[in-house]
Amino acid sequence: MWIDLVILLAKIAVVFAGIMTGAFVLTWAERKQSALMADRIGANRCAILGIKLWGLINSLADALKLIFKEDFLPPKGLRVLHAIAPIFAMFPVFVTFAVLPFGPPLQIAGKEIPLQILTLDIGLLYILAFGGMAVYGVMLAGWASNNKYSLLGGMRGSAQMISYEIIIGLSLIGPVMVFGTLDPGRMVVAQNDLLWGWLPKWGIIVQPLAFLLFLPAAMAETKRAPFDLPEGESEIIGFSLEYSGMRWGMFFLGEFAEIVVLGAVMATVFFGGYQVPYLFSGAEAASLPGFHFPWGGYLPLGEWWIVALRVLSFGFKVLCLMWLQMQIRWTFPRFRYDQLMRVSWREMMPLALANIAVTGIVIMLVSR
Amino acid sequence: MNGESKTVVEPYGVERAVPETEAEFRQEEMLLNLGPSHPSMHGIVRIITKLQGELVLDAEVEIGYLHRAFEKSCEATTWNQALIYTDRLNYVSTCINNVGYCMAVEKLLEIELPPRGQYIRTMLCEVSRIADHLTCVGAAAMELGAFTVFLYMMIAREYCYELIEDYCGARITTNCSRVGGMPHDLSDGWLEKVRWTVGKVRHILKECDILLTYNRIFVDRTKGIGAISKERALQYGFTGPMLRACGVPYDVRKDHPYLIYHQLDWTVPVGHRGDVLDRYLVRMEEMEQSCRILEQCAGKIPGGPVSCDDKQVMLPDKKDTYGNIEGLMNHFKLIMDGHGIRVPAGEVYFSVEAGNGELGFYVVSAPDENSRDGCNNRPWRVRCRPPCLSFVAAMPEMIRGLMVADVVPTFGSINMIGGELDR
Repeated sequence: MWIDLVILLAKIAVVFAGIMTGAFVLTWAERKQSALMADRIGANRCAILGIKLWGLINSLADALKLIFKEDFLPPKGLRVLHAIAPIFAMFPVFVTFAVLPFGPPLQIAGKEIPLQILTLDIGLLYILAFGGMAVYGVMLAGWASNNKYSLLGGMRGSAQMISYEIIIGLSLIGPVMVFGTLDPGRMVVAQNDLLWGWLPKWGIIVQPLAFLLFLPAAMAETKRAPFDLPEGESEIIGFSLEYSGMRWGMFFLGEFAEIVVLGAVMATVFFGGYQVPYLFSGAEAASLPGFHFPWGGYLPLGEWWIVALRVLSFGFKVLCLMWLQMQIRWTFPRFRYDQLMRVSWREMMPLALANIAVTGIVIMLVSR
Repeated sequence: MNGESKTVVEPYGVERAVPETEAEFRQEEMLLNLGPSHPSMHGIVRIITKLQGELVLDAEVEIGYLHRAFEKSCEATTWNQALIYTDRLNYVSTCINNVGYCMAVEKLLEIELPPRGQYIRTMLCEVSRIADHLTCVGAAAMELGAFTVFLYMMIAREYCYELIEDYCGARITTNCSRVGGMPHDLSDGWLEKVRWTVGKVRHILKECDILLTYNRIFVDRTKGIGAISKERALQYGFTGPMLRACGVPYDVRKDHPYLIYHQLDWTVPVGHRGDVLDRYLVRMEEMEQSCRILEQCAGKIPGGPVSCDDKQVMLPDKKDTYGNIEGLMNHFKLIMDGHGIRVPAGEVYFSVEAGNGELGFYVVSAPDENSRDGCNNRPWRVRCRPPCLSFVAAMPEMIRGLMVADVVPTFGSINMIGGELDR
């Protein structure tokens, strides 16, 4: 019994450290990438004993600065709500990761350990539920600050996030129908099948439209450009206007953690999770573990190598998807409020519904 | 919905019938101060907006935060000293201000520069114009969230400023001209640098054009926003890119030619909608035209002196100042207090096409009581006609009925420069 607890705690520690490191590195990566895109150098001054680590130390310095800055409370704001809003912004993001598998189940001493904190049948619903909670952070922050700009930001944020949550939910229904499960773990297992014997059955291949809908909708959930209306620093400065120090930092951290989590969700649902194309473990292929190429080639690999490759593959996919989000963020200008709503309700919503209908028809025809 | 419905006005003049209770709820108004300290109020200015949700019902612009008595200060200086105050007018394209002021005084003195001086002035003005437009378009794009474009344009502006720095040693407070001529000739290789800069600027403009003009979000954010009709624009006294975006091809360089603009081959771009997008497009095309002007100037520039040879106006060469008594005396007479350039009594208005539009100087010289020649070594009055004052005046009309988010691109497109607006 206690061994299960230890394993669970270890997994939580690994995942938490992973997200935190990811978010930490992202603050650096965003600076460096935006600098690269804009012909600049980016953060490169902070150093400990002359060691700069390509500017990574800057992120440490940032964290230190945020911790020691004055924690300002607007005099006429609502003290309690103002204090808990950042928690609402950060907590759901971290919790979301619990259901995402970051590697194949391990077999240790006859015991199967899934590399997933929580094996939940309704995993995707869980993700949507906690994703929906993030809106409270923005709304409470906007409301409790007693500032007109913050209020506008909070209102924009809540409208935007609720609208796009619907798109996220609808776009995820397609993959759920195809894979026949809400459990991310089983979804990933199903994605190792091959279509016509050579094409990996990844979510993006069987549900390309769902991915195209999910990506912008998910980016709108992170509230980053081109969907950074709740922040809109040149218009209304944003819902976090009256926050300073680490409380503001928590919004920021939550935002970056959300990028990591979204990358992970997209990797899980649309990019085969931890799967490497044509790589099968012994149990799955019911034969020899290793690469079984469609042209008949075979490359044997040890079970532990397979696990390592798969965990790495998951990390790599998440990295690529985070890069994609940043690339988008630094390329496009911001939407306007009504345009954002129109895109959501009038353009993406019918497409998402059509996708569900078409998927249903195709599944019916194929299964007949 | 019950039978009792009321019509409410939504952003962009859309009328919609809603239940009476909702209509009541919607009538709640909010006063929001944009500025004086706000990320997109360039410099310091305040827009007081009356909002209904995000709909701008009414707005009022409060200016004057950057007032530093430019016109009054000029009265306390000699003719050439007033020049440094003009640097602080439109601090993005300072060369045009310098040249405009100098030419106003020269008109009073009835002096004309030798061709080489005129070519140098033309080139400095056009480099400044490019820098001005780059700043305006880049900043407006940044406020729409396109941060990368802003930085690309700043790189191009950097090349322009380097060119100006190469000529006069300063980037912003250029002080690049003198009454009656130019302080010195071009440095070696300056013309090659002009050609190089033009190439670089064109390349960057092409990149930014792809990032903005062909970007659906950018076009959606700017098309039809902040529009003003041709008639209203003329009534307000618009000039420059703002007026040309409305479809009036008025350009001081074409309509009242000065320097050598009439000898060059270039066109005046004109829009027709008068909205933010057209202003952006006009500015982009004007930068291309400025590049053409620069190229032609660099190819056609003649040799010879850069200043007039009137010893009562221009300082002698340094070798004469230090080398012979006539030169020293000449220098003394122009520099020392109570001497200086003697401008005959009279009044004159002269305008140049600045980055934002018609920048006019109304200069008056009145004989002081001790003067025996009816001249004065100080201006009696220097009135500046700032191009962006009329734009700011029209701002409430342009943003009424739009959303809060539209205030920012509209304000960005009028390119308000606090220095020249408040003077």
